[in-house]
Amino acid sequence: MTVSLTIENLSAHYGTTQVLKDLSISVAAGELVSLLGSSGCGKTTTLRLVAGFLQPTSGRIRLGDRDLTTLPAHARDIGLVFQNYALFPHLTVLDNVAFGLKQRGIAKPDRAKRAMAMLERVGLAPLADRLPAALSGGQKQRVALARALVIEPPLLMFDEPLSNLDAKLRIDMRVEIRQLQRANGTTSLYVTHDQEEAFSISDRVAIMNAGRILQLDTPEVLYQKPASAFVARFVGFENLIRMKVVERQAAIVTAEAAGGTRLHLSQDLFGPIKDDFILACRADGLAVRRDGEGIPALLGTRTYLGRAYQYKCETAAGEITANGPLSDPLDAGARAVLTPLPEQCCILDPED
Amino acid sequence: MPTRIHPILGAFAILVFFFLLAPLVIIVGAALSDTTFLTFPPQGLTLRWFANIFQIEAFRRTAITSLQVALLGTGLSLLIGIPAAYALNRYRVELPRWLSTLFVLPILVPEIVFGFALMKSITIGLGLPVFISLVVGHALLILPYSVRVVGASLASFDFSIEEAARSLGCPPLKTFMTVVLPNIRAGVIAAFILAFITSINDVSVSVFLTGPGISTLPIQILAHMEQFFDPTIASVSVLLMLVTVGVMAIVEATLGLTFLTK
Repeated sequence: MTVSLTIENLSAHYGTTQVLKDLSISVAAGELVSLLGSSGCGKTTTLRLVAGFLQPTSGRIRLGDRDLTTLPAHARDIGLVFQNYALFPHLTVLDNVAFGLKQRGIAKPDRAKRAMAMLERVGLAPLADRLPAALSGGQKQRVALARALVIEPPLLMFDEPLSNLDAKLRIDMRVEIRQLQRANGTTSLYVTHDQEEAFSISDRVAIMNAGRILQLDTPEVLYQKPASAFVARFVGFENLIRMKVVERQAAIVTAEAAGGTRLHLSQDLFGPIKDDFILACRADGLAVRRDGEGIPALLGTRTYLGRAYQYKCETAAGEITANGPLSDPLDAGARAVLTPLPEQCCILDPED
Repeated sequence: MPTRIHPILGAFAILVFFFLLAPLVIIVGAALSDTTFLTFPPQGLTLRWFANIFQIEAFRRTAITSLQVALLGTGLSLLIGIPAAYALNRYRVELPRWLSTLFVLPILVPEIVFGFALMKSITIGLGLPVFISLVVGHALLILPYSVRVVGASLASFDFSIEEAARSLGCPPLKTFMTVVLPNIRAGVIAAFILAFITSINDVSVSVFLTGPGISTLPIQILAHMEQFFDPTIASVSVLLMLVTVGVMAIVEATLGLTFLTK
């Protein structure tokens, strides 16, 4: 049974502070959508509202044709995986996994069998009789995952499930989560502050800030074509250069940055350019050349990245980070020209 | 290699133990003395003063009252204290800070003032029967222990497991019984023991709440001593001590004493 999750115009307050502002999002059946943002952006609040641990001030939450908005948490039938695992310390691994089945009135032999089968899927069957305290972090999170999956919920939710694990395990676990989620076709909502994690695991990612969704798109679109300066900064565009158009000649636009630096940009390559805009470039999106057309720069510290050299550059438009080729290392203090590469740059509206 | 202990520190420790234990030794000695008056060191050895306790009907009666009051009072204090401790910890952020202080007031107010206030309000004000007053009074006296000790085990309780249970389909009250209680069991037992011992040894509150025909053992000991200065008092005290030691021994055997001091 796969159903979609629909959140409509959801608002929430803590006291008099509005923490969620008219948020709408819909997760298609079988899809995994991540809520990504820094702490306090409202992503966890959204998850807790859907789980039923918080009450919204307005808006609706629907799962398939069921309206969850006013249902108590225990009647929502949602599988939850917590950051701190939240295993029952007094129950064995098997009883932890069987807990949800017990609440559903399933007879003991049957629930033991189903819990055991689920433990086998996450590779923990040999540890079924242990208490949670005797498990490692990764094992605990697998038990938590099994416990949430065994009730075959129409919706799975993850609240920063990998934050307490070390880097290597994090990568293994996210692959595992993705495989289990795909295999079951369970609609999923995943909360994280880790961009790489969100991008690697999700069908779509919602970037949140201050209780709003700024952009909801596939990881590819978010990474290459952020819709705003905030999202651009969030997905790692190192350089945001504020520019104003001074001259238009057919498709070619001449724009000026602070300090009088001028660039000729083709609208055929960069897309339509408004009079006042931000040129967003990753460090890879600026070619570092000894001469040519572009932003004149004085090179500062050079760092070896393995695939390129990264330079901190002084320009009239401010400090800019750019990557140059390994074949032509330049020394600190050298003069160079930085040229924006259209396919790796974005034209964005200025933020106010 | 054994750790070296500073001689002054060692002497100090010995003195502390001496002052802690000497009164107990004296009481036990006096209880065994074959004289008609309290004395130490004992002159001759006899167990007849222990036998005498059971001859005196008032001791038997008040001992039973003490046990009943301690059990009911402790039960009542846990019935209020566990939910209170739960709410104070679960809604720590939402609840005003003075609320947790409210529950320790009976410890902060001098016991004699507390006892007098209870008499004025419960016995006289509400006109409750003596036995009920005693139970209620003791329950209030020991409430701080219930709230504090249960609260201490809830302080390290991870409330997200409660949410995990709810998400798996467990309703709130059932969640409390099947997930919260089993994980604070040690705290509840510790609270029960501390509260029980406090109640059974209490004088200052009971003295205001006992009335015609109904008294507790410690009050009866005081009353007895005003009339007879014989070793019976010492032997009752020894028995009371043995009850406390017995409870502690059970704790030590089942849970280990360290968890009381955690």
